[in-house]
Amino acid sequence: MTAPSARPPARRRRAGGLGPSPLWGYAMIAPAFIGLAALYLWPFAKTFGKSFMDTPAFGPGTWTGLDNYTELLGDGDFWQAFGNSAIYTAILLLGVPIATVLAALIQQIGRGRAVYRVLYFLPVVTLPVAVSMVWRFIYNGDFGLLNWALSLVGIPGQYWVADDAYAIYAIGAVGIWMSLGVNLIILGAGLQSIPPELYEASSMDGAGRVRQFFSITLPLLSPSVFLVTVLTVISALQMFDLVFVMLRSVDNTALDGSKTIVYLFYEKAFVQFDQGYGAAIAVVLLLVIMLATVFQFRVQRRWVFYD
Amino acid sequence: MRYDKRWSAAAVAATALVLSACSGGGEDGDVTLTYATWSDDQKPAMEAIAEAFEADHPDIDVEVQVLPWPEYWSTLQVGAAGRTAPDAFWMLADQFPAYAEGGQLLDIAGAVEEAGVDLSAYPESVMDLYDSGDALYGLPKDFDTNGIWFNKALFDAAGVAYPDDTWTWEDTRTAAQELTDADAGVWGIAAPIDRQGGYYNSIYQAGGQVIGDDGKAAIDSPEAVSGIEFWTNMQADGSSPTLQQLSDTEAVQMFMDGKIAMYFSGSFWAQRLYGDEAFRANVGVAPLPTGQQRASMISGILNAGYAGTEHPEELAEFLIFASGEEAAKIQGESGAVLPAYEGTQQTWLDSMPEFDLQVFVDAVEYSVPLPISGNAAEWTGLEGEYLTPAWNGEQSAADAAAAYNAAIDEVLAE
Repeated sequence: MTAPSARPPARRRRAGGLGPSPLWGYAMIAPAFIGLAALYLWPFAKTFGKSFMDTPAFGPGTWTGLDNYTELLGDGDFWQAFGNSAIYTAILLLGVPIATVLAALIQQIGRGRAVYRVLYFLPVVTLPVAVSMVWRFIYNGDFGLLNWALSLVGIPGQYWVADDAYAIYAIGAVGIWMSLGVNLIILGAGLQSIPPELYEASSMDGAGRVRQFFSITLPLLSPSVFLVTVLTVISALQMFDLVFVMLRSVDNTALDGSKTIVYLFYEKAFVQFDQGYGAAIAVVLLLVIMLATVFQFRVQRRWVFYD
Repeated sequence: MRYDKRWSAAAVAATALVLSACSGGGEDGDVTLTYATWSDDQKPAMEAIAEAFEADHPDIDVEVQVLPWPEYWSTLQVGAAGRTAPDAFWMLADQFPAYAEGGQLLDIAGAVEEAGVDLSAYPESVMDLYDSGDALYGLPKDFDTNGIWFNKALFDAAGVAYPDDTWTWEDTRTAAQELTDADAGVWGIAAPIDRQGGYYNSIYQAGGQVIGDDGKAAIDSPEAVSGIEFWTNMQADGSSPTLQQLSDTEAVQMFMDGKIAMYFSGSFWAQRLYGDEAFRANVGVAPLPTGQQRASMISGILNAGYAGTEHPEELAEFLIFASGEEAAKIQGESGAVLPAYEGTQQTWLDSMPEFDLQVFVDAVEYSVPLPISGNAAEWTGLEGEYLTPAWNGEQSAADAAAAYNAAIDEVLAE
């Protein structure tokens, strides 16, 4: 097959080598697709199927239709877990404005910017279990660092992760801290794409730093902020590890008041051997995440600015 | 942009680290058996047992895997369902019914008979925990009974006589009050909601039961309630850290920090307490106090095999060996646990001569198998929800026990 000489050589080689058949396209994505199908689609189909079954600990289940779902809707534990996950998600959303301001501040730094980024990124590459163990110590009601620090300014300490009035908030604070690193990267990349001329021009017009932040940075950064918000909601609704490790033992007095949806799923499916019920929880969680995401995409038209 | 490249390099490196953590093992012998456990403390002993077995069976390679406790059961469950479970693994009584009834465990009754194993060499109450009629799904590896771990230094400081085998419930309560020194941050006893080391023992000491002979919950009987009150009274006296404090810092940790004078718990702490050389000299052991009668929970780990194994014969041989006399001695000498095989307990006692560990061996005589019935994981999981109000003094022990009793029956009826 010969191509017109006007075409660049690279283009000719590609066309000549692979031919025009669309099968090549499928062949090329096959490895990724097979992996995706085996690791995501197939397990999802199994989970979806199981959610309509009454399952013994091992072996095939029996079809029970919507029983798991109707039981779920009347299950106080489920609604409490749902509420806890909602609180946790709301707390993590507070982390988005924090990350936005921090990203803008770090962008202002000339020398040593990398140091700050590494500091904020460290929690992301640290094992959640290790992070949780350290925070358990910080939050300890009798010997913890936090209560010691509070005592210096005369505030009475609390059993932060043993009292269900505080535990989900204490865990949420750790969640914000852990998610900052990734959020700062996304927002930092967004900031780099804002043309510096805009800042130069506006400062000639007499705009201060704060004015610049609200009139230039925020609107131009809004697509990144939107992305961060969507990702935050998804990961917050899926939170499991922090509760699992920080409230550690099943005897913890705060556990009943701080279980998240995924923790409840774990408990039902893997501790109580009720996989069908666990699967139903997982499907409901998926629906909730989908609805939350669709909702955000609807609302974004009002506040996200695409130039 | 320079910075961004560094960022992505860091991210790639982090991902690689995570991925490299998942690595597989190799195959040396003709047959490889995997042996899953959850205890790092016991890993050396388990590897020594595997080596001793390999010496007798050069064609079999045994690979010891230690899974972290939080992941152990979910990994095993998923592995069994996905046909990738380890060949041999540790089993606990409360998990056992689901696996046994689900057909996931290898029946070694035939191999045990052929090998001429003397089943009476194992404590009867531990065998009862894993009773499956004619089938035999493994053999006990070790057992644990309960006693009073006490801090001699705190007893001396308060001028209270050490606990001994004449102690009654009243002696315990009085001593706990005398030992408590709120200003110094010292409590007489730890009173958590602890089944195995705590209130199950006192329920049986009072002559009560957790699950009655009719298979229904019996935790609301007057005897059982008085067994619960043994603990709630000491909470009410202020002789114990609160449940919140015990959630923040485990009882065993508080004991080792010299914050609590008495910790009612199992023989399985011996190695950890002995391992703290500075603390070792302060540690004493005594039998649990007598209520209406003596009683101690007994539990034990079962060496079990996976029914879906590719090498059932070799696996049965290994399970018999791993619970046999030679393996029991290896375990006992390591000090890790009290081996189940009769006559080998002395090795464990000798490994920690400063501790009066005979207490735990003597407790076998009056031991009661840990109550297990139906979906035990589910109803034991409800204990915190129903019993916490009694421990916190918001509800009487009788009311809390009645509510919990109904909840257990509801689970058992499913």
